[in-house]
Amino acid sequence: MSPTPTTSAEGQRRIVKLPTVTIRFAGDSGDGMQLAGTQFTDTSALVGNDISTFPDFPAEIRAPAGTLAGVSGYQIQFSSQDIYTPGDDVDALVAMNPAALKTNLKALRKGGVLIVNEDAFTATDLKKAGYDVSPLLDSSLAGYRLIKVPINRLNEEAVKESGLSAKQVDRCKNFFALGLVYWLYSRPLEPTLQYIQQKFGKKAPAVALANSLALKAGYHYGEICELFHEQYQVDKAKLPPGTYRKITGNEAVSLGLVAAAHLAGKDLFYASYPITPASDILHNLSELKNYRVVTFQAEDEIAAMGAAVGAAFGGAMSCTGTSGPGVALKQEAIGLAVMAELPVVIVNVQRGGPSTGLPTKTEQADLLQAVVGRNGECPAPVIAPVSPPDCFNAAVEAFRIAVRYMTPVFVLSDGYIANGSEPWLIPDVAKMPPIPATHPTQANDPSGFMPYKRNEDLCRPWAIPGTPGLEHRIGGLEKAENTGQVSYDGINHERMVQLRAAKIAAVKPAGDPYLWTGPQRGDVLMVGWGGTYGAIKAATLQLREQGYQVSACQIRYLNPLPEDLGPLFSQFKHVLVAELNLGQLRMLLRSRFLLDLKGFNRVKGQPFTIAELVAAARSLISNKSEPQYQAHDPEAEAPLAAGG
Amino acid sequence: MSSAINPLPQLKPTDFASNQDIKWCPGCGDYSIIAQTRKVLAKLGVNKANTVFVSGIGCSSRFPYYMATYGFHSIHGRAPTIATGLKLARPDLDVWIVTGDGDALSIGGNHFLHLIRRNLDVKILLFNNRIYGLTKGQYSPTSEQGKKTKSSPMGSPEHPIRPISIAIGAEATFAARALDMDPKYLEYVLERAAKHKGTAFVEIYQNCNIFNDGAYNYAVDKETRADTTLNLEHGKPLIFGKNRDKGIRLNGITPEVVSLKDVRQDDLLIHDEKASDPTLAFMLSRLQYPEMPEPLGVFRAVEDAQYQELVHGQIKEAVARRGKGDLQKLITGSETWTVA
Repeated sequence: MSPTPTTSAEGQRRIVKLPTVTIRFAGDSGDGMQLAGTQFTDTSALVGNDISTFPDFPAEIRAPAGTLAGVSGYQIQFSSQDIYTPGDDVDALVAMNPAALKTNLKALRKGGVLIVNEDAFTATDLKKAGYDVSPLLDSSLAGYRLIKVPINRLNEEAVKESGLSAKQVDRCKNFFALGLVYWLYSRPLEPTLQYIQQKFGKKAPAVALANSLALKAGYHYGEICELFHEQYQVDKAKLPPGTYRKITGNEAVSLGLVAAAHLAGKDLFYASYPITPASDILHNLSELKNYRVVTFQAEDEIAAMGAAVGAAFGGAMSCTGTSGPGVALKQEAIGLAVMAELPVVIVNVQRGGPSTGLPTKTEQADLLQAVVGRNGECPAPVIAPVSPPDCFNAAVEAFRIAVRYMTPVFVLSDGYIANGSEPWLIPDVAKMPPIPATHPTQANDPSGFMPYKRNEDLCRPWAIPGTPGLEHRIGGLEKAENTGQVSYDGINHERMVQLRAAKIAAVKPAGDPYLWTGPQRGDVLMVGWGGTYGAIKAATLQLREQGYQVSACQIRYLNPLPEDLGPLFSQFKHVLVAELNLGQLRMLLRSRFLLDLKGFNRVKGQPFTIAELVAAARSLISNKSEPQYQAHDPEAEAPLAAGG
Repeated sequence: MSSAINPLPQLKPTDFASNQDIKWCPGCGDYSIIAQTRKVLAKLGVNKANTVFVSGIGCSSRFPYYMATYGFHSIHGRAPTIATGLKLARPDLDVWIVTGDGDALSIGGNHFLHLIRRNLDVKILLFNNRIYGLTKGQYSPTSEQGKKTKSSPMGSPEHPIRPISIAIGAEATFAARALDMDPKYLEYVLERAAKHKGTAFVEIYQNCNIFNDGAYNYAVDKETRADTTLNLEHGKPLIFGKNRDKGIRLNGITPEVVSLKDVRQDDLLIHDEKASDPTLAFMLSRLQYPEMPEPLGVFRAVEDAQYQELVHGQIKEAVARRGKGDLQKLITGSETWTVA
């Protein structure tokens, strides 16, 4: 968003009010950029801005220091208005070393603030980043407001009294940089000072002291040095009234799973095998044992899924979480849950594929895997949350559907919303309807208990072991209708295949089936699903401001698809399905509604920018042609960080 | 066994039979195993409703269909995973796993190891017939090297693995072996397994009369069994033979067969199933026909913390320390701001 400053003279320096700012911290993996970014986000949220964040880091834990592969970045947009993405172009970039500058400079808008740690621009590090000549010495940075700060030296000086080793002192420099940026954007230091005290105060008082000193020194440096002629301010956002917190998608999924179990009056069972970017869900839930959450770190992905199925058989609210490669391993056991008709939730935090792919980068290429990726006719409902806070809703909805329809349910999150954060209007738990999860204690038929006798939703009863008189056997072999005995009869098989399909086809959404922006008629409808909601919505609003007849539809329920999409789509001259894959939703929509849909597809491991979506819609209106998938064009893109 | 809080009517073995016709081949060793299992459950007075048989894929894995308890016939190799989830969610249930040499040791090898090392309180019955029966006769991970089968016409080039060695290597707290054709002894071993607290692993030599008939003749044959097998007894010297005139002695660290004519009984190896060190149990698991008699009975039976108790103990401890979680508090978190 381009800033429209309102200026007022206050003291010696101008305070410039900006509606929206996007900044990015970039440095070596070990430089603490994620922490600096998170702290800036927390503080901005607490002062009342709308926020949206995008952490971007390599797959290597510590790639060789100073290399392009080791650069880690954290982008945050904060605003006095409603925002939907972490921002396209960056207004201010903090580059802690030459590699960070090299990989991130393209994201900085012309005229943007560029703070560099000039101490890191040594011959060795310049060479590692592939610079022949230091960019600080030639004219290559002339288009930016370059601010060279000797962060190493200033930090060292500031932290001296803490008595820490040189190595430990060096590790404080992210707080120095953060302090400087706090000053530049008129943020209070208290929330971060409190954080430092809580985190290190008792365990390592010297570290707490050093980090606090570094933070304050950075702030004061901004105040006293003559490098900045102005200071910026971003006012509170006018969000709907209520109490807010900041939340990432993985945090929201975790809380949603716990909430669902409480709403059902049951314990949560979460089985998982560590995998990026889903591991944080396991970490979060492991901390919640006093909420009666049983976590099981399984020996592999298959075991996690099998355990989830076993726990569901026992009557628990059962879930597994993973990413695409993990789902590939779980599919046979998911098929078992379809056959055995047991309620279980599968959270897939999608990342770049195929195979190991891009572990730390986002993508949406597991849609077909969820919808049709198992052997046999094996349907399962699929829900895709659209934002970090929406991951909470999706988790609760997934359990509502799983339990009501006795079926596995997929939640398709992605690396972008899983790690990104936004403000969340905290829900009132007391107002959330309970999840009815009951188990029969009596036979459902005069001739005895029929484990596969169906109700009006075509669902079988959730009879659990320990119930006298209802002893029965289930399994992966085809079941005879009603009795659930093994049956190899072809006619029965066809009937059961159709019953399972009809059951899922009739699943009623437990939340918004889609989110709509704009009028229900126009030139272009941009259709998306999952985590691209913010970018698509922001692009749509921008296009409407420019006078284009553009609307947007973000689909949350991907299986079964909402019935009314067909008629809605036909009210637009063009329907553009924008996805971070090569057209998986488009394929499903085309086959479901027999409509000519265009695609806008990117698989660069990065979320959509608003600008590219705006351009795609405009080109569709002007050329009436489908935007083509573009091959890799290093000049046209602005990578956040190398590596992965 | 954590059954019968309220006194229940004493069940007969037939009360544990489901209404399904058994479809194993006539003459299959599985018939004897299911009969002894039903007998043991009846004898121990277990609660049918609290008992669950979980299986994978293979002939043996049809077992749950024939039991009048709860049952889950799952997917190939994954019974331990289903059982783990079930037992963790429902520690009150008695969970049994029925598996075969292919199911447990080939496709499910990983789960088998981890189930045992965690010492989850479940019982594993591994029907070892040293062949793939349900897929009609390929060699299995326990088939002897050189075995000619449909998939190894020139003889299997693979070394077999020994289930009890694997189990003890995975820190099994209970490992035992029995024969399908020795019902009394099988019943004894199953009863010991049922009473064990923790993972109880039982390898059952089972005859596949269609694809690998007579694989265990040496151990079953009344003429030879006294010389080819050795019944383990806790605290007793390892003596075997038709005339109980042979024993096993340690020569350095190598067990050797000796004649009691030459060697005093005191010099023989004494079986100690309760030894905290698993070395003796492992050594016994290496004894193989024809070089040595094959031990039957309980190799190891030691007490250790059970997985489901540790997991639920942590939950109890967390509730005691931090109080029962308040969902609204959790969702609200520690840092909030209010928009008026």
